[in-house]
Amino acid sequence: MKYFEKIGTYALYYVNEAGRMGIFLFHSALNMVKPPYKMFPVIKQTYIIGTLSIFVILFTGAFTGMVLGLQGYHTLSKFGAEGLLGSAVSLSLIRELGPVLAALMVTGRAGSAMCAEIGVMRISEQIDALECMAIDPHKYIVAPKFIAGIISLPLLTAIFDVVGIFGGYLVGVGLLGANEGMYFSSIYKDVDFNDVYMGFVKSLCFGVLIVWICSAKGFFVHLSRGGGFGAEGVSRVTTDAVVLSSVSILVFDYFLTSVLL
Amino acid sequence: MKEPVIVQLTDVRKSYGRQEVLKGINLSIVEGKTTVIIGASGQGKSQIIKHILGLVKPDSGRVVVYGKEINKVSKRELKEIRTHFGVLFQNAALFDSMTVYDNVALPLRERTKKPEAEINRIVNEKLALMDIEESNDKYPAQLSGGMRKRVGLARALVLDPKIIFFDEPTTGLDVAKSNEIYRVFSRTQAKLGYTSVIVSHDVPKIFKLADYVALLHNGVIQGCLTPEEFQLSDDPVIREFVETTMGPLYSSEMEV
Ligand SMILES: Nc1ncnc2c1ncn2[C@@H]1O[C@H](COP(=O)(O)OP(=O)(O)O)[C@@H](O)[C@H]1O
Ligand SMILES: [Mg+2]
Repeated sequence: MKYFEKIGTYALYYVNEAGRMGIFLFHSALNMVKPPYKMFPVIKQTYIIGTLSIFVILFTGAFTGMVLGLQGYHTLSKFGAEGLLGSAVSLSLIRELGPVLAALMVTGRAGSAMCAEIGVMRISEQIDALECMAIDPHKYIVAPKFIAGIISLPLLTAIFDVVGIFGGYLVGVGLLGANEGMYFSSIYKDVDFNDVYMGFVKSLCFGVLIVWICSAKGFFVHLSRGGGFGAEGVSRVTTDAVVLSSVSILVFDYFLTSVLL
Repeated sequence: MKEPVIVQLTDVRKSYGRQEVLKGINLSIVEGKTTVIIGASGQGKSQIIKHILGLVKPDSGRVVVYGKEINKVSKRELKEIRTHFGVLFQNAALFDSMTVYDNVALPLRERTKKPEAEINRIVNEKLALMDIEESNDKYPAQLSGGMRKRVGLARALVLDPKIIFFDEPTTGLDVAKSNEIYRVFSRTQAKLGYTSVIVSHDVPKIFKLADYVALLHNGVIQGCLTPEEFQLSDDPVIREFVETTMGPLYSSEMEV
């Protein structure tokens, strides 16, 4: 009996959480389109989520492209198809690795920070204080982060892709001696609008997903399982947010791909 | 009762786990008057405030604010009701990554369309009122507890609210400062005519400010009386409270 009770409480908790996450997204979306529009908070959040992530994106993008060049060259040369190296590197970056890895990096850098910030505001009653001043925390805190996520992720993904393609060039052409002209002409020939479109849609969705999960987790820290108390509550919920957000990115990636293909 | 009642709690109950904190609270807050809630620490005074603010849902009973049941109204109506509020939390709940100035300016920036010059004027006026204008650029973590309270008070008063809720406004302040705060309260209330609900341990000083005194004891309100009635009451609970907080001096005076 006790066992069933436990399953029941777990199930109820997760249904509850799913419900409030859904309502959270709804209110945030509503507050994104509702006037008044303020530029400054959006710019600030775009700086935090986007600009400050550029270095990490450049770095990881370059190395991802480089390893793709390395692996791709060795595999392709077995079939004598080194000429396709450019399109192999760029297609995997633009369609898959760019959006996914950029999103994972942003989750680690900005998502965790976002969750902790909102979580601290919750446990120190700052969110209650906002509500009592008739200032909607969705409008004031959350909506600018969503807009910033939607702006930043596609741009970061684009940077990741471009840097990755040059990383692949550096290794494939510079180091291993693939043909330079072939590298770029195969990109030109094989990458079409649909590939870019797919990468763009993915990065957009991941932008929303990251901000949604990370800010909602922080926002509801006081309702979290195991009790959201103090520093430990915030740290646990931040870990949860990063894990859930990363897993969701990969799961969502599969379904998006299957829809967009 | 001729004055309109703007907040009405009817048989409000609230439990946390096995602990029953509020055991049927009945309380009316009269417009334009000052109601002071007193009671020992941990009795649930802050909980009463949070129920009225709509931050906590009662297990049973009704909390009616401006004619609307606060935990049943829509989000929009709730926001509308809260535009009249000025709130000081017990822990002040300042925005800890903003300076003192920005904390006080925030309600003006978010809720009004005033130009920055006027906001500047109003904020400086409120900070001067609370005697903390020199701490403008400090962050809440750099302030003492009493200073934080005063920033919270400045923030609560900045939009000229119709009803204020102050949870222990003078706890952590020295006597001179708390006297000054009380003077500010009676001055601003005379000017703006707001309704106030104050939780305080500052007995008997707070009685000078109070129109009604409500004693919270064992989860129920023991009478909501005028300060004179309260001090003369022969309810045993109130008598004991009066005697322990004010000493036997008052009661012997009374018996003469
Ligand atoms: N979120 C909560 N969970 C459990 N118990 C709580 C919670 N909030 C308040 N309490 C309990 O309610 C009682 C009243 O608290 P409070 O209203 O803060 O007292 P005070 O009269 O000092 O303001 C305390 O015993 C406290 O432990
Ligand atoms: Mg309290």
